[in-house]
Amino acid sequence: MASIVAVIASTHHPFYYRASTATGEDRPPFADEWTRKILAFRETLTRARPDVLVMVGSDHFHQLWLDNMPQFLVGKAPRYDANWYNEEREFGLPRMLLTGQEDLSAHILRAGLDAGFDLAFSNELRIDHSITCPIITLRPEADLPIVPIYTNIFAPPLPQPKRFVQLGQSIRDIVESWPSHLRVAVIGTGHLSLELGGPRQFGPHGPDPEFDQRAVEWIANGDLDECLREVTLDSLHSPGNATHGFMDFMLMMGVAGAGVKADYVDTLDLFHTMEAYFTWYPNGAPTA
Amino acid sequence: MSRYLLNKFLFTVDRDPELVERYRSEPRELVAWWEAECANTVLNCHTGEASTWLRFDDVEREALATHDHVKLFELGAHPFLTLTLFIALFERDNTEPLEYQKSYGARLAHFSMPYPDIAT
Repeated sequence: MASIVAVIASTHHPFYYRASTATGEDRPPFADEWTRKILAFRETLTRARPDVLVMVGSDHFHQLWLDNMPQFLVGKAPRYDANWYNEEREFGLPRMLLTGQEDLSAHILRAGLDAGFDLAFSNELRIDHSITCPIITLRPEADLPIVPIYTNIFAPPLPQPKRFVQLGQSIRDIVESWPSHLRVAVIGTGHLSLELGGPRQFGPHGPDPEFDQRAVEWIANGDLDECLREVTLDSLHSPGNATHGFMDFMLMMGVAGAGVKADYVDTLDLFHTMEAYFTWYPNGAPTA
Repeated sequence: MSRYLLNKFLFTVDRDPELVERYRSEPRELVAWWEAECANTVLNCHTGEASTWLRFDDVEREALATHDHVKLFELGAHPFLTLTLFIALFERDNTEPLEYQKSYGARLAHFSMPYPDIAT
């Protein structure tokens, strides 16, 4: 059976690409520290020597729209074009082309449906920065086949937080039951406190540093009990109006397992939102 | 009131570079054209199978025609869609980094929790 060699949860900051590639007067003062942290985070994936990446993210009203909105969707295609005109325009993100791992997509869809998740699917999916940001930060060669999984953290009504956790737990079981010798990394991105298009946006820190601190502790300690007690669809409005993206972190806590401490934890306090990076090694940390 | 239609306007204009420019330079004309020609288009379907019932009310139409992002927030337009499109319209006028993004937030400072409902 396949093995999960790394579970990675991260924020996805669309400004990283531009900040890290800027030079001279255009280079922001925080770029060097940010790049150092990303290179260290990248090493946690590289050391695990993955063959396949399962990528959990959320479409930002690019291909998925309100006339036909899935809650959870699995891509099943041989190729995925990536990044959209408005992401090039606002963030300077490059166009990308990723390869799909269709066998694993089919396995996740079949087993997920049989496990009680009525997963939508897409045979032609152009993916956005929720998935390309971690490709850029963690595997910029973009040379590994992927299975994209989209969640709806964006267009209410949303699934309950516990449903994200349950899906993560099922993804763990499903990938580990895939009849393959390949080494799989499961990578998911979300947000800590975040405000977009509201009065608290683009402040000197994230909109709710206290929430961020608690959230990082929940994730680092795998504290799903406390997290599920504290977090509801209603409560997530308070830290910032886009904080429902935290539910993708909860999904990744489900993949990593209740009570399992992360093997790698790092954060970076930036303007607008806090960055946070976590890696778990389910089979033990890889040796050099 | 149609949050859905407000969002549909923001969504379809944002993804089309030509419409972004028309909305910046002639907002009232662009909104009138869009309501007449695009509001009832079922996306990904040919025009013979358009919807028949979608229209803005006067408040919504005026908010879009005057680039009034504060009113759009109050009406429950999706904040991400509004922000993304308005950055495309006005960030180019910045004299310092994030100037427009910060002033956009400051103009919303009178809103407190809970914010207007955005469910569609």
